[in-house]
Amino acid sequence: MDALSINNLHKTYNSGFQALKGVTFDVKEGDFFGLLGPNGAGKTTTIGIITSLVTKTEGTVKVFDIDIDHDFPAAKKLIGVVPQEYNFSIFEKVQDIVTQQAGYYGMERSHALRNAEKYLKQLGLWDKKDIIARELSGGMKRRLMIARGLIHEPRLLILDEPTAGVDVELRRGMWDFLARLNAQGTTIILTTHYLEEAEQLCNQIAIINDGVIVVNKSKKSLLKKLDKETFIFEIKEPLTSLPPVGDTVFHLLDETTIEVTIGQQFALNAVFSHFNQHNITVESMRNKSNRLEELFLEMVHQ
Amino acid sequence: MRQNFISLQSIARKEINRIFRIWIQTLVPPVITISLYFIIFGSFIGSKLGEMNGYSYMAYIAPGLIMMAIITSSYSNTVSSFFSAKFQRNIEELLVSPTPSWVIILGYVAGGMTRGLSVGFLVSIVSLFFIRVPIYSFFYASLFAILTSFVFSLAGMINGIFAKKFDDISIIPTFIITPLTYLGGVFYSITLLPDFWQTVSKINPIVYMINGFRYGFLGTSDINVYIGAGMLVLFSIVLFSVNLYLFKKGIGIRT
Repeated sequence: MDALSINNLHKTYNSGFQALKGVTFDVKEGDFFGLLGPNGAGKTTTIGIITSLVTKTEGTVKVFDIDIDHDFPAAKKLIGVVPQEYNFSIFEKVQDIVTQQAGYYGMERSHALRNAEKYLKQLGLWDKKDIIARELSGGMKRRLMIARGLIHEPRLLILDEPTAGVDVELRRGMWDFLARLNAQGTTIILTTHYLEEAEQLCNQIAIINDGVIVVNKSKKSLLKKLDKETFIFEIKEPLTSLPPVGDTVFHLLDETTIEVTIGQQFALNAVFSHFNQHNITVESMRNKSNRLEELFLEMVHQ
Repeated sequence: MRQNFISLQSIARKEINRIFRIWIQTLVPPVITISLYFIIFGSFIGSKLGEMNGYSYMAYIAPGLIMMAIITSSYSNTVSSFFSAKFQRNIEELLVSPTPSWVIILGYVAGGMTRGLSVGFLVSIVSLFFIRVPIYSFFYASLFAILTSFVFSLAGMINGIFAKKFDDISIIPTFIITPLTYLGGVFYSITLLPDFWQTVSKINPIVYMINGFRYGFLGTSDINVYIGAGMLVLFSIVLFSVNLYLFKKGIGIRT
């Protein structure tokens, strides 16, 4: 079953700005779906329509086969949303924010309190439950919004740039949490500017640009589209030059750093064989840039 | 239905917590203002005036002053709370949930009525320091207080929906509600006015509220209390319908 099915979605704002020009994509149940795109591409508008904050001009949206035009309240019960910007009352206590949200979904208070404890503990906020929200750090506020989005146990969780402005360690922790949640069966839609994040977490990726979906594939098949990849090798002994192998050229960035761009037809083993032939000892290697980032830039500039 | 009741409870609890959390802003100022009215108009000036409709001036204006506090507090609570929810964007918490529009409206109105009636109660206590106002009919006094608070909470909600900036939440109270309240018979009986102005006064809905409430205390009214109660029910239905329409259209809350 599709957790989300969007067909020919259009949105024209009162100003005349056409934010969506026929967006169509499906998200299968259990997917970790990445919706990527540059600023102003239509990601937040799409999420706004799914969550009823934005009214669509045309098109259909179904959540677990429930058409939002027929029974939006039933569809909303299945959705949890973590918006891009903080949108809770900063004057309220952490626990009150999440239990109130549960109440809006009709959850009994005793159940809401149990869930609040569960998610606040999982997100490391339980000891802050009686703190006024404005006193939380930026990372804590982000986690609070995730706990709030999960409080009614949605089957589809939509996260709009959830790790924006979060430090590396915390981001990794949030990735682990979201990966576990997905493994437990929650379908997740993630928009992010950190392409490393999408590459790490998502199994399906769509790229939206200028209000249209330009690509929608599994991460694997998307990355296969990359016909070349650039690696940086740090070597032990200094070097002054290294001959090419066929069309593959080895650039010396400095005397102990080699940059090499290889095509799909050229195996990484061949590079190591070439190094062996020249008695080069590799100390470390890394990708020059994120693979998805290269593809992303290619897609949005087409 | 149970789910809607829980949603309503949650919104009302949040609103009521807010009122009592910031009681110095929500409950104290109207009590001080109305106390000043009692001192200046009731005690200082009122003692120099004769009776009004057979009652001392202080006794005559006391119900009107209590009603004035109910009107302004009910209105200002919903307008400021709903606008600040829009401004801070926490209204989105409700909009993304399955809570029906009528439940959201009633939840905010419950907050407005709690503040309006709490302030009304406090002002009534204060009035006891100045005069023992008789209670002719507790039923009518309560009916008019509750209906008026409901009507003005709904009106404040409409203002909150349309408001785009902080200035917008004070325009209607300043230019419409305050003048209508002063001209609504708080300080005088409209029977003192020339016929023409009496007729004009009867267009003012606040005349019905104040007189109906005063009837509950003194048993005297410039208007027919049944018509007054009917008008308030009518206003409630119209304003609630307008709120529902605005929510359905998403005016001021969805893009």
